[in-house]
Amino acid sequence: MTLYSLIHLALALAGAPLLLGIVNRIKAKIGGRTGQPLLQLYYDLAKLLRKGAVYSETTTWVFRAGPLVGLAAVVVALLVVPLGGVPAVASFTGDLVLLAYMLGLMRLATVLAALDTGSAFEGMGASREVQFAALAEPAMLLGLASMAVLTGKLSLSAMLAALSPAALPPLAAAALLLVGAAVFIVLLAENSRIPFDDPNTHLELTMIHEVMVLDHTGPDFAAIQYGAALKLWTYAAVLSGIILPIRTNCPWCDLLVGAGGVAVVVVAVGLVESGMARLRMLRVPQLLLAAVVLSLLALVLVLR
Amino acid sequence: MPATLYILIVVLMLLNFRLLASSRIAACIQTVAAQAVLFGATAVAVNWPHVQWQMGLIVILSVLIKAVLLPWLLRRAVREAAASREIEPLVGFNLSLLLGVILLGLCLLVTSSLQVKGDQSNGLLLAAALFTAVTGLFLIICRKKAITQVLGYLTMENGINAFGMAFAVNETLLVAMAVLLDVLVAVLVMGIAIYHISREFDHIDTDKLSALKE
Amino acid sequence: MDMYILFIAVLAAGALVSLVLGRRAVANTIGAAASVLGGAAGLACGLAALAGQDWDLNLPWNVPMGSLHVAMDGLSGFFLAVISLICALAGVYGSGYLRPNGRTHLGSVWCFYLLLFASMGVVVAARNAMLFLVAWEAMSLTSFLLVMFDHHRAEVVRAGWTYLIATHLGTAFLLVMFLLCGRGGSMEFDAMDPQAAGAGVIFLLAMIGFGTKAGFLPLHVWLPEAHPAAPSHVSAVMSGVMIKTGIYGLLRMLEILTLQSPPPAWWGVALVATGAVSGVMGILLALAQHDLKRLLAYSSVENVGIITLGIGIGLLGRSSGNDAMAVLGFSGALLHVLNHALFKSLLFMGAGAVLHATGTREINRLGGLMKRMGTTGAMFLIASAAICGLPPLNGFVGEFCIYVASLSALEGGAAWAAVAAIGSLAMIGGLAVACFAKAFGIVFLGSPRSEEAKAAHEAPASMRVPMIILAVLCVVMGLCQPLIVASLRGSVLGLAAAPRPPEALQALWWVSAAGAAFIVLLIALALLRRRVLKGRNVAKGITWDCGYAAPDARMQYTASSFAMPLVVMFRALLGTKDTIERPQGLLPQSACAQTHTDDPFSRRVFRPVFLAVGWLGERLKWVQQGRNQLYVLYVALTVLVLLVWKLGGRP
Repeated sequence: MTLYSLIHLALALAGAPLLLGIVNRIKAKIGGRTGQPLLQLYYDLAKLLRKGAVYSETTTWVFRAGPLVGLAAVVVALLVVPLGGVPAVASFTGDLVLLAYMLGLMRLATVLAALDTGSAFEGMGASREVQFAALAEPAMLLGLASMAVLTGKLSLSAMLAALSPAALPPLAAAALLLVGAAVFIVLLAENSRIPFDDPNTHLELTMIHEVMVLDHTGPDFAAIQYGAALKLWTYAAVLSGIILPIRTNCPWCDLLVGAGGVAVVVVAVGLVESGMARLRMLRVPQLLLAAVVLSLLALVLVLR
Repeated sequence: MPATLYILIVVLMLLNFRLLASSRIAACIQTVAAQAVLFGATAVAVNWPHVQWQMGLIVILSVLIKAVLLPWLLRRAVREAAASREIEPLVGFNLSLLLGVILLGLCLLVTSSLQVKGDQSNGLLLAAALFTAVTGLFLIICRKKAITQVLGYLTMENGINAFGMAFAVNETLLVAMAVLLDVLVAVLVMGIAIYHISREFDHIDTDKLSALKE
Repeated sequence: MDMYILFIAVLAAGALVSLVLGRRAVANTIGAAASVLGGAAGLACGLAALAGQDWDLNLPWNVPMGSLHVAMDGLSGFFLAVISLICALAGVYGSGYLRPNGRTHLGSVWCFYLLLFASMGVVVAARNAMLFLVAWEAMSLTSFLLVMFDHHRAEVVRAGWTYLIATHLGTAFLLVMFLLCGRGGSMEFDAMDPQAAGAGVIFLLAMIGFGTKAGFLPLHVWLPEAHPAAPSHVSAVMSGVMIKTGIYGLLRMLEILTLQSPPPAWWGVALVATGAVSGVMGILLALAQHDLKRLLAYSSVENVGIITLGIGIGLLGRSSGNDAMAVLGFSGALLHVLNHALFKSLLFMGAGAVLHATGTREINRLGGLMKRMGTTGAMFLIASAAICGLPPLNGFVGEFCIYVASLSALEGGAAWAAVAAIGSLAMIGGLAVACFAKAFGIVFLGSPRSEEAKAAHEAPASMRVPMIILAVLCVVMGLCQPLIVASLRGSVLGLAAAPRPPEALQALWWVSAAGAAFIVLLIALALLRRRVLKGRNVAKGITWDCGYAAPDARMQYTASSFAMPLVVMFRALLGTKDTIERPQGLLPQSACAQTHTDDPFSRRVFRPVFLAVGWLGERLKWVQQGRNQLYVLYVALTVLVLLVWKLGGRP
């Protein structure tokens, strides 16, 4: 851990809601609209935090714990995520597993809170969420495993810090491309973006993430929104380290490169959302399977 | 250059997976065409920077035929036969993808035991070539429509072509020429056949053709 | 040593006394007290062994090649401690679960339970193959009798017989294995010479024999039948610790087999493959079940798969000389043995409490129990999160060790086995979340789907206290795993043949720190929300219903619908059958949809085999005439043939 790790943490905690603003702005621009302000999510969070709360009579404390567990889990996950060459606050052998499982805990909390409402819609969303995660998780972990082979390091920070063109064999570019693509697909799926889920849809039947959080109100909903933004940052930061393998010896430059990578990822998400329709539910597993295949292919490359 | 070569090889492998997972005939035709272009580029990349003019010529020629002429013919055939644009699989798309991974693993296993001159990337190219050929075979076996079978045949040809490429330049010329001609004839014949069959029988589904056995 | 003798003595005395008490209610108290006392003695004995107090006791026994040879070392002590802990708690739970009604012969149930407990204690301590097999058999028979507790129900009887046949087939392999090992003339573990018969053959026999008990796929078929059929405290013991004796046996045999030379790589590969298949298929089958206890039984198959993955990776580390990999693999496996014992017995106890309160195990008929049985629900939730391997609970750490072992194996010769391990663990992780979100969410959350669920009541204190203890252990163990790993050091280093623990184990401190950070953060957030909401309007409303103002509990998502997308995705593997009666006409009178997932292995593999055996048996019926003379003739003929065979060739 260095001072710069703390700067990254502060940057993530403060800047994560901006990412969704950027995505929405890009979608609006391409669609020929003016779009919402870049800081819209901050306004939403401030508004929600000022409100009271309504809880359904069906629910129990599990429902109330859901948003808080999710937020706490994603913050802990953020502690092991480096930004490009900037190491994470905590880095140790196998921290990538902790990252994946903390996000798993967040998922379980959201799913159980959804089931607690007893609503058919929320049950449906929960069911889809766990289905997609079952394929997204292997894609992510196998992809990161191929990074481990490529660099010979077993912690995320060391792994991503070791990615620089000079130090890597010629096949690294191809492997990075594959892993980058796999992680990007996982990012889209786990953050419920198009083509997996449409955050702007208006029909409960077709939602995944949004339908699970229908019943949360006030500060709880703020925790959920903020947690989702942090989750997007988590994935974007990992991806940034993979797609921009530029490591300088100056920490400020690394920080800048990393943040640039996050911006690139977010812009890419916006472009994908503008250019694609969402997939039919039946085709979603296929795309996730493709991510697994990409990760496996990367492993094939680096393990030879 | 090796980095580019690796990327090319990887994209070639990915295109095979696209063939396995795609449900649209148009996308498949496009993929086969892209594959042909990429194999041309790979041929240049392998021999970089000693590219002879004969080789350049054959590459340009084969790319023209396989990426422009044949796709055009195939699209025309689809249009003429007024077939539906969905592929009808005998083996589901997800399962095809998984089987693809297994096939790729087998190809790597087989080629790793072959002695290949040159560096590591050449061995990988060999695997990619073999995988392409096997994918073609898989398409022929596991898809219903006659048009997908033509595509499978083309894919196989792409693979065999690349297989020659990984070994040596001169033989490549010979192999490429021979195979290319073969395929051209085959596609022309099949194209005409599909056209006629579809006119006679209103469909190009090989399953239904088997009803003719009596 | 004294503690061990006390352990056996208390259990034997308890068994005898409760048998004598018969149908009287006091049998319940005596049985529970004996299991607690015996458990305390066993725990003390096991912990002492873990702390390094080894001992060895060898008494003569007039059974051919047998001796009453028991000993304690780190490995035995570890398993004894786990067994004692779970059996003692399950005993307390059982006293609340079994209601004395004057008709049930409680004494015999307690007698079998205590004997099962004692025989497991002997299995993990035995150092002589004869003694081991006798204890093994006693364990199988007592657990069979316990499974048959509800013997007036047809499916219970069927489950019991399946179990009896399966376990004896397994024992047959073990018998052959020990006979081959003991060809040198001694059945003592120390004196065995496995190399004589070919170590590979011995390994395979051990894998099949012990794998039947542990529930390796496809030898698991008895497990989802027998575990749900038994009374819940017995299910907790069977799933939590009894199947682990199979793991113990495998580890003990591996220790003997690899004493002189490192194992060949294919052993590790075979175990990794078995573990990966058991894990993924186990959790998929669990996901497709509608019966709560059956779901839990299949999830045991999955967890044994994870343990096997750990052992396999450890063995691969051993054969490739990668110390870090070997130590981490075996540590992960042993940690998961302990952790799975804790949360699986807790889950079975929770399921038992639900069964006790509602009379049904059908997930689709439950719901909303959290409001009616809050303690049970909370404990079940902790166990569910733990079994999904989620931090900060204990289930994470074992899986974490196996992940790290596999990651450090990626650069060696066993890379593809490691990839398989990582891929399957990740997949199991994702599917386990789906499975236990279903098990907990549908049973305890939402609103009740039937009258039984509506009328549910909280379990008595004697059932709740063991559950609370186990749940607390799940949380505490999650935070102090480095200490447990340190106490396992001796046995793990022995199995891995490594001089010292690797650096990578330090990562466990970080994991604990992350867990603690999570808990602190969660508490802080909860306090923060309380402050934010203070003085504001916190209202009650109905669940968002899309404007349809007459919500009904039957409109909720059910367990089947929740699992449907995944079940459909893996239909090729599961072979799920569904029967759908679609609504007809404008005013449909009826409609229904049913799904059913048989065990594909019992359907496709074992049923044909047993049918063939049955057919063969039919063909041989003419031998059986019912006349005494004929049977004497058979015996005489056999003796004659044997004499000719043994002596005929001699000059």
